[in-house]
Amino acid sequence: MTSKRIVLHFPHRLVDQPIVYNLVKEFDLKFNILKAFVTPQEEGLMVLELTGKKENFDKGIEYLNSCGVKIQPLSQDVIRNEVKCMHCGVCVPICPANALTVDQESRKVIFHDKKCIACELCVRICPTRAMEVRF
Amino acid sequence: MKTIKEINEKIKKGEVVVVTAEEVSELIEKKGLKRAAQEVDVVTTGTFGPMCSSGAYFNIGHSKPRIKLGGGVCKLNDVPAYTGLAAVDIFLGATAIPDDDPRNKVYPGEFKYGGGHVIHELLEGKNVSLEATAYGTDCYPLKKIETTINLKDLNEAVLFNIRNCYQNYNVAVNLSDKMIYTYMGALKPNLGNANYCSAGQLSQLLKDPYYKTIGVGTKIFLGGGVGFVAWHGTQHNPGVPRLENGIPKVPAGTLAVIGDLKQMKPEWLVGTSMIGYGVTMIVGIGVPIPVLNEDVIKHAAARDEEIFTQVIDYSNNYPNCVAGSLAQVSYAQLKTGKIVVQNKEIPTGNLSSYSKAREIAETLKSWIKKGDFTLSEPVANIPGAESGYAVKPLKQNPSLS
Ligand code: SF4
Ligand code: SF4
Repeated sequence: MTSKRIVLHFPHRLVDQPIVYNLVKEFDLKFNILKAFVTPQEEGLMVLELTGKKENFDKGIEYLNSCGVKIQPLSQDVIRNEVKCMHCGVCVPICPANALTVDQESRKVIFHDKKCIACELCVRICPTRAMEVRF
Repeated sequence: MKTIKEINEKIKKGEVVVVTAEEVSELIEKKGLKRAAQEVDVVTTGTFGPMCSSGAYFNIGHSKPRIKLGGGVCKLNDVPAYTGLAAVDIFLGATAIPDDDPRNKVYPGEFKYGGGHVIHELLEGKNVSLEATAYGTDCYPLKKIETTINLKDLNEAVLFNIRNCYQNYNVAVNLSDKMIYTYMGALKPNLGNANYCSAGQLSQLLKDPYYKTIGVGTKIFLGGGVGFVAWHGTQHNPGVPRLENGIPKVPAGTLAVIGDLKQMKPEWLVGTSMIGYGVTMIVGIGVPIPVLNEDVIKHAAARDEEIFTQVIDYSNNYPNCVAGSLAQVSYAQLKTGKIVVQNKEIPTGNLSSYSKAREIAETLKSWIKKGDFTLSEPVANIPGAESGYAVKPLKQNPSLS
């Protein structure tokens, strides 16, 4: 069994296609949608946890590629430099995935890296450039 | 009634009672105003936000042969420093950027490096490159110099911020239909977000709204070391409308502060890049408020619920100096993460770190408790609410505009 979290970028023309449904039907993969939305550029973004037999998993990825869906592995893409972050919170309303929130007690900004879809919106708006992209 | 002298005696004896500006309101609730005023000696405040009118001056020492930087050009890590002073005195502003920075040519510009970053790196103990050219004189023959400088080797390195500690500040929103990039951060179209910049109930001038204890000469926490209030800050504007509790409803008073950079810490002076706007520096400041009487502690106890500010449109109104507030909100509301403007609920973001402000107030409290920090008596007041002192717009010459 393989289980991976991936980010799918659907170009505008594919946004209303039953692609995820096909993944389940054709390749016997289980999925868990962690986040899905349409960006201002009308690109569909979906963060999935995909589980299934290794063989089917690879076929599923191949299928997505053939449809024109851009696939990105998730999680380690955007990280927070804990030394640089000064916990201001100006990134919080910018994050489309609610991956940055303020703890009401400590008033510190929490980075939920599991929710992060690596859209990089926070990267350039962070005044201390604490959000870093890792390739 | 207490005097600063009496409080300092208590500090020396280790008997001083210090609370932070957050803790003081709880204490009053528990003990009542009168007892709290008797028991508490000092209330500490703190802020940690971007403050553009900051900078530092340096005396770098004389080279052999001598060079006169005054009237010449001097760059620190490619960032231009002001040289219109004597031979080896220079001033580096927090917002200065290298000549070859693309600025907003590729919009929005990233503004990766500037004066604020240089000051931060000097504090980290790093060597900073110095490149200068001069016109040469009989007494200062050298015309060009290229070397590195290190904070520890400089004669003087003094942080001198001509406007910090704004007493209250706007909440910035964007009414237009496109994204804008401001000194208040990136603002999403159609009221997409609301950015504010204040530590609210921890912010110094909100806790001494009539500048009764804070004045010229007040000793403060500055950039992790000790500094002083040098003067009122530029754009000081004490005569604005106030709430019944004395707190201004709009940006009002400001402070100019000064201190020896060599004893400051890099964690508390941080160079920052505001996308599409420029470079600036986050400055950590904490001011102690001596509890001289009940009135002082009552003001120091104002909570976020009792401090209000205005929501301003930064797409048209701010840039074009059009007056008008879209809403009046409290810091308590802002801190919930959502405010309502024009019937729309919008998420809020703070540019000023509340958790760091709290850390500053706590640090200053521990310094005072340990006896490492005594209070100073102000030597002059800063212009107050009734002084008539006010900020004016630029008087533009009609025949030239
Ligand atoms: S904007 Fe940057 S410094 Fe501020 S809380 Fe977010 S990550 Fe931290
Ligand atoms: S990259 Fe930043 S803005 Fe985008 S989802 Fe991750 S934390 Fe949020």
